[in-house]
Amino acid sequence: MITKLPPYASPLERVWHSAYLLFCAAVFVFLIGPILVIVPLSFNAEPYFTFTKEMISFDPDGYSLRWYKDFLENELWLFSIKNSFIVAIVSTILATSLGTLAALGLASSYMPYRTLVMSLLISPMIVPLIISAAGMFFFYSSIDLAHTFPGVILAHTALGVPFVVITVTATLIGFDRNLIRASQNLGASPTTTFFKVILPLVTPGVVSGALFAFITSFDEVVIVQFVAGPEQRTVPLQMWSGIREQISPTILAVATLLVCISIALLTVLELLRRRTERLRGLSPG
Amino acid sequence: MIIRTTTAIGVALAALAGASLGAGEARAETTLTIVSWGGAYTMSQQKAYHEPYMKMHPDVTIINEDKSQTALAGLRAQHQAGNVSWDLVDILPSDALVACDEGLAEKIDYNEMLAAAPDGTPPTQDFIDGSLTGCFIPQIVYSNIVAFNTEMYPGQAPTTMADVFDLESFPGRRSLQNKPVNNLEWALAADGVPAGEIYEMLATPEGVERAFNKLETIKDETIWWEQGAQPPQLLADKEVSFASAYNGRIFNAQVNEGQPFQIIWDAQVFELDGWVVPAGGKNKDVVYDYLKFATDTQRLADQAKFISYGPARKSSAPLVGEHAETGIDMKPHMPTYPENFKTAIPKDDTFWADYGDELAERFAAWLAS
Amino acid sequence: MAEPIPVSANGAPGTPGATDTPDDDVSSLKARLRRAERRRRLTAMLLVAPLFAFLLVSFLIPMGDMLLRSVDNWQIPNVLPNTVERIAAWDGEALPEEAVYAAMAADIRAGKESGEIGKAATRLNYEVSGARSLFNKTRRRIERIEPPYKAALIDIDRRWGQPDIWQAIKRESGPYTASYYLAAADLTYNAEGEVVAVPEYRQVYVELFIRTIWMSLAITGLTILLGYPVAYLLANLPLRYSNLLMILVLLPFWTSLLVRTTTWITILQSQGVINDILVWLGLIATDERLQLIHNKIGTMVAMTHILLPFMILPLYSVMKTIPPSYMRAARSLGATPLTAFVKVYLPQTVSGVGAGSILVFILAIGYYITPALVGGETGQFISNFIARHMLVSLNWGLAAALGSMLLAGVLVLYLVYNKLVGIDNMKLG
Repeated sequence: MITKLPPYASPLERVWHSAYLLFCAAVFVFLIGPILVIVPLSFNAEPYFTFTKEMISFDPDGYSLRWYKDFLENELWLFSIKNSFIVAIVSTILATSLGTLAALGLASSYMPYRTLVMSLLISPMIVPLIISAAGMFFFYSSIDLAHTFPGVILAHTALGVPFVVITVTATLIGFDRNLIRASQNLGASPTTTFFKVILPLVTPGVVSGALFAFITSFDEVVIVQFVAGPEQRTVPLQMWSGIREQISPTILAVATLLVCISIALLTVLELLRRRTERLRGLSPG
Repeated sequence: MIIRTTTAIGVALAALAGASLGAGEARAETTLTIVSWGGAYTMSQQKAYHEPYMKMHPDVTIINEDKSQTALAGLRAQHQAGNVSWDLVDILPSDALVACDEGLAEKIDYNEMLAAAPDGTPPTQDFIDGSLTGCFIPQIVYSNIVAFNTEMYPGQAPTTMADVFDLESFPGRRSLQNKPVNNLEWALAADGVPAGEIYEMLATPEGVERAFNKLETIKDETIWWEQGAQPPQLLADKEVSFASAYNGRIFNAQVNEGQPFQIIWDAQVFELDGWVVPAGGKNKDVVYDYLKFATDTQRLADQAKFISYGPARKSSAPLVGEHAETGIDMKPHMPTYPENFKTAIPKDDTFWADYGDELAERFAAWLAS
Repeated sequence: MAEPIPVSANGAPGTPGATDTPDDDVSSLKARLRRAERRRRLTAMLLVAPLFAFLLVSFLIPMGDMLLRSVDNWQIPNVLPNTVERIAAWDGEALPEEAVYAAMAADIRAGKESGEIGKAATRLNYEVSGARSLFNKTRRRIERIEPPYKAALIDIDRRWGQPDIWQAIKRESGPYTASYYLAAADLTYNAEGEVVAVPEYRQVYVELFIRTIWMSLAITGLTILLGYPVAYLLANLPLRYSNLLMILVLLPFWTSLLVRTTTWITILQSQGVINDILVWLGLIATDERLQLIHNKIGTMVAMTHILLPFMILPLYSVMKTIPPSYMRAARSLGATPLTAFVKVYLPQTVSGVGAGSILVFILAIGYYITPALVGGETGQFISNFIARHMLVSLNWGLAAALGSMLLAGVLVLYLVYNKLVGIDNMKLG
């Protein structure tokens, strides 16, 4: 095992090994530390982004909930939250249904030009956001979709689709086709097979694809800058203008809440992954 | 499974219904999108104009957009895209002139559309002379200044523009706006050019060269800001020792937040600021009604209670008195206070209308290199 | 790997066909097979079709629109039709004759009515600095002038008496232009119509492309340096520990980009966490705080943090498939740990390093948000200039040209990635 060295290891090996573990620990701190730093800062009683003397000495006066209160009382933030949820939910539903259908087609070995089609369907994930944003802004303006909800939803659906396609295709490719044969041999109709056998097995892929699509839309800040108007202002857009324009620690309060949302999503995904493994483990072959 | 599918469809429909409802809600009453400069300035407009207006007209909601920094670009973009989502824009007079010329802003019949002074003086005689240029409705006189954090210089304090460019006597980082406007004027002023000759000199290639060379001397020590709210923040965080800013923002930090800032009034660049109505906007009737209210004598005087900008109507001047929250006398904080005004540079709008594009391009390339 | 399954209902094996007869010969069996295959192909295509149509409208056509815009030159031929027609006969040497000036006056008058003249002026301003103010000035006075127009226009502004504006109109009178691409490569036309470099003080894009590439390479290198050991640790720990540590990798991956960038602002600024700690430890004096943000360092640190999971995850999935017995075998055959690692382990992870590197590099060169917030002026990427031209200077043609060049680069890398890894094997989370 990697954390323990065999008893015959040389002193040099021991030093080297400790250094290695220390290095890995440092990288983990680098990964997670910055995200944890903002949590205490969001309870700062002063209107700045840094630790005050009172905070460092754990004086309760140095801490307050004022930025959370500020956030909850600010109409603009509440307005943005509403918009973010509308856009993210609708585009997730669209991306998930379109993407799942397409993945079912792509998983078929009869699909012509499979690789080419797949590359095209995944391209919104690869093309730099600023370029997608520019192109969408030009085209959506010319068909009166810029600065409208349908425009923003269309754009976010396009961004979310690749994630659904990838996760569902991955589930289907690792799929044991004998299960279908078995179901048919046992007399199930194709429809029954689809609903009773295929769907339950691809569901984890669909759900994790949907989560990716949701978070993609919920976090997206480049395209909304171009395609969204003032009435479609989303949380990331409000944060962006907050960081650049009206700097206030309310941003940190929002950031802390967003981290909580990420943790929740991550937990759901982890549970899904376990479920898939369990199902796979039960399947023959 | 079927139950689950039905639930999913139900959720989808509910969400769609929510989406259309949300859009419907926003349209049932009038929403005015008013573009301004953000921070303390938008706050002063919110208190002096928006809140009283919304109280009188409960069916009107005002959304603030902090996009005045790129107002002209935004107007052009919306015009080119054929989709005007702004209702009223707070803009600089030089940009207003260009917007008016390019048909991006509505022409204003001042005496017809704006309120007369309480004594009946028509708007064309009440607003500052020469400020009504066709589309532009002035609100305030403000000033671009450089301020510093006094805690950074406990010994001898800087007093002139030359001190801002003097890294030896006054070490520390500077923050300037990432545009050529004001910076080129200040570079020449710091280089010893008298206020009256600055624009003459900037119109020549040698003058531009001289200004850029002077800026080059502090470039490595400079952080470039973009939004008006950044300089007070950078000064407060001690990210920088000096920062150029709008004088009202510094006033706000001094008075409302108790920050140890001091303004260098030497070589202040002062000008007007005001509204234009974007051509092709959707809520014209409400906008004009709002405009008539928000630019009357009392409202302009009210704004000066919240921020140290002078009202653009002569009839408002006597009504300016004390700060709304702290009760201090506003007069010594105004750009036009005689002590502050000695070496002031009036911003030359025609110069910037003619040379703005070219200098902006050169400035951007200079910044990035 | 299991073969892809035919998932559609009517494509499922054993579905009886309509022409099913018990005593078919071989050829009819073949025909039936072909029919069945055709049907399955059709089903597969029908399943993909809705998404394809959707992406066509929402994404692919917009991309094409952008490519088109990078060469589109409608403003000059459409807004100045008379001038364009007359100027064709001009030799381009001395000043054009009266007819061209008269045509220009007519075009400005017509364009003033429709409001279109500003668009032509803006377009010409990209070719000749000051053209916009020249047109605006002329437009304000156009109603007052009388023939001869040559003298009248030059009287309004002496720039009408210089050949450069006319040369630009003559050169750019076609429906397409290459000048946006030239500008994107810091090139321009001189008075003789030859392609030359722009004056040094205006050169910016070549340097920016180079900077974007080398900084992305450096970030990719940093993610390998930090990611490789961690991925190795994760791949070789027992599952219950590695799952726990994996959360430390996945949480940043799932956290909003803006949140992560914001945290780096709070950490790196002069009065930020790092500087505070250094001052507290006495390593630096309080007035010597390090400048870690609003420059290249800020961009590099924040982007390395943001992109690190994209390196660790592919590395991990490759390392997971390498049996630990290989290394043990090498050791037992007498190799030192270093030799065993370099000769046995490292070669097997090359594909993972390749996949991770291309992914990180592709993502890095298109970054916009993080450089904009923590990069200051010297840490900006090419994307930031695209955004600038989209939002501030409104030179959409130049934005499209810069975007198309960046897009071409990314697509080449995407093809390489596709060859190397295969999009089927792309894994998420």
